[in-house]
Amino acid sequence: MSSAPRAHELGVIGCHGCGLVCEHPPDDLTHRHCPRCQAPLHRRRPDSITRTWALLVAALILYIPANLLPVMYTSMFGKVSESTIMVGVIEFWKAGSYGIALVIFIASVAVPCTKFLILGLLLVTAQRRSNWAVRERARLYRLVELVGYWSMLDVLVVAVVAALVKFQKLSDVEPRIGILFFGVVVILTMLSAMSFDPRLTWDTEKE
Amino acid sequence: MNDSNESTPQPGDPVVATRRWRVSLVWLVPAVAALIGISMMVQTWLSAGPQIRIAFRTATGLEAGKTPVKYKDVTVGSVSAVELSEDGSHVIATVSLAKSAGRLTREDTRFWVVRPRIGVGGISGVDTLLSGAYIGVDAGTSDENSLNFTGLETPPTVIGGTPGKSFVLHTEDLGSLDIGSPVYYRRIQVGRVASYQLDESGESVTLQIFVDAPYDRYVTTDTRFWNASGVDVSLGADGLKLQTESVATIVAGGIAFAAPPYSHAKPAEAGAEFGLAKDYARAIAPPNGPAQYVQLRFEQPLRGLSVGAPVQFSGVDLGNVVSMGVDFDPARHRFPTVVGVVLYPQRLGQALEKLPMAKGETELPTGRFLGELVQHGLRAQARTGNLLTGQLYIALDFIPNAPKATFDASAQPMVLPTVGGSFDRLQEQLAGIVGKIDKLPFEAIGQKLDATLAELDLAAKKVNGEVLPGVTQTMQAASRTLQQAGQTMEQTGKTLEQAQKTFGTAQGMLADDAPLQQNLQQTLRELQRSARSLRTLTDLLGRHPEALLRGRPADPPPDAAASDVLPAPPESRR
Repeated sequence: MSSAPRAHELGVIGCHGCGLVCEHPPDDLTHRHCPRCQAPLHRRRPDSITRTWALLVAALILYIPANLLPVMYTSMFGKVSESTIMVGVIEFWKAGSYGIALVIFIASVAVPCTKFLILGLLLVTAQRRSNWAVRERARLYRLVELVGYWSMLDVLVVAVVAALVKFQKLSDVEPRIGILFFGVVVILTMLSAMSFDPRLTWDTEKE
Repeated sequence: MNDSNESTPQPGDPVVATRRWRVSLVWLVPAVAALIGISMMVQTWLSAGPQIRIAFRTATGLEAGKTPVKYKDVTVGSVSAVELSEDGSHVIATVSLAKSAGRLTREDTRFWVVRPRIGVGGISGVDTLLSGAYIGVDAGTSDENSLNFTGLETPPTVIGGTPGKSFVLHTEDLGSLDIGSPVYYRRIQVGRVASYQLDESGESVTLQIFVDAPYDRYVTTDTRFWNASGVDVSLGADGLKLQTESVATIVAGGIAFAAPPYSHAKPAEAGAEFGLAKDYARAIAPPNGPAQYVQLRFEQPLRGLSVGAPVQFSGVDLGNVVSMGVDFDPARHRFPTVVGVVLYPQRLGQALEKLPMAKGETELPTGRFLGELVQHGLRAQARTGNLLTGQLYIALDFIPNAPKATFDASAQPMVLPTVGGSFDRLQEQLAGIVGKIDKLPFEAIGQKLDATLAELDLAAKKVNGEVLPGVTQTMQAASRTLQQAGQTMEQTGKTLEQAQKTFGTAQGMLADDAPLQQNLQQTLRELQRSARSLRTLTDLLGRHPEALLRGRPADPPPDAAASDVLPAPPESRR
């Protein structure tokens, strides 16, 4: 595609931390540190694919209990209910609050699922050194990073509601174990996205 | 060389052992996640209890996935599905119980839907108004387990494990009692009716009541139970009676119990059987003993006598009327009233012990004894117990001069001779009097009276013709005499006037301002003064006897003044 030389071809290495370009012979396998910020220097994030895979798999596993276990306990006028994410979405939808139902659905189902899919796609293509739709993959990665901040929406909603709605017997909202799993899932996906090295996408370019 | 060359030790080829797979530590993260996930699943699987199916008549308030199942107010499961039974006659709720609730699957465990209920006995399940219905559970004790149950339509009154005792009551009819009706002790609610059923014979009702601890110890072996249902108004020969336990019982009915006074019986065992009396009086009355049925035949109609009316003997309620009917006497073409009464000789109490008994008799020979009493004049009589309402009661009493009656002690039933009622006797007496009056010869009397009156008339005429002129003369003379007397009276009046004047004069003389009085007072004053002078003289002579001879001594100046006060010279007085 482009004929610009790669860093390892020029015998230099860029620091992840501060961006300082250091000299680094291609066959030197010793660990170096950035002379400026002391960050360890490496051409690609070490074990990027493995780490991403591991974190992604962990997030996937935890996503099951996060959806099966109740995330919120509500007691309103003595009527007690514990709702899981999907039950809540369905209830809101049935009650006519389509907006809220949609927001919750997007934040807690659509976004994590797309993240899993995108990361999985990126990982598989990077592992296979696939040349397919490289630019789009790069764009997808940026999307994942962008969306990552907003994945905690559900957790925040439960935390805020649980703190606000405390009217003794009248109504009470308490978080349940499911929301913890959900929070862990979000963190794991973010970590997974972080440990993925987007430059792996471009490593296939020349071949 | 070659050899040597060949034998030249070659450096061994290092075995390049490439690790087949190098496990990165990162993989610990999904491992831990999987571990947690699996442990959660295992825990859920382990804590899942049995699934049971409960049949209810309706699914009111039941909601799949929501309605909890509570045992002692602890949620032990929830309804996972509600569906119609195959024949559509009832609904079947599938309940997933928690593992800890395994003992709730005993065969005799009871399930019922707790929902708000408003009954005469009170309101229950108010908490479910907002929270929605739930399924209540009472754990059974059976050894058999079951997964299919039939739900109760009403909550059970006694939950298993409640401290207290159950008792069994026998009664003739249920009255206004119902399951859950309160049981009172000294007007405190101490228990409730748990269940009731008709005996197999259909002649009586058996009630199970439950008395809560600690009140259950007040149920002693001789405790009497009575039906405190509603307001007990009885209008009998002894007046209007009103008895009630509490306002709640008026509507809902209830049972009360009490031990007889001064009883020291032991607390009754659980399951002890008692009778349930109709009211307090009957409950607390001493036992009646064996009843004796006796028939009475009254010649007169007995309006005002009702079944249940008392039979009194010497002021004691000896029994009551149990039946009333009409018989036909073909010989006289009359319809006598036949009254069946039940007598309880035991109610005579101490008197019973003193009654003569033949040797070897353990029980009172009522027939023989009654026969003796009848010979001595014992008769039954319908008497008016209440003049206002005309209620009658039967009195057994010794009637003096009663006509002889026969009594068959061996007859079944025994027939006790009767006499007319007190009111009827009064009627009879009145009739007697009327009869006597009827016999009086009113016509003859009238004729005689007529003749007498005619004679009287003649006599009067005679008086008029002969006697009256004489009388007139006499009267005139008398009139004259009276005139004279009048004159005499006038003279007497004058004399009295004079006497009055004389008295007036005398009064005038004696009045305070009369001249006679004035003179008298002056005279007395003069006399007083003379007496004072005389005293002065006596004093002077006492002090100066020589003055008699020499005359008055020369007085000191103050005395001179004094001598002026006494003007009279002593010499002149002598």
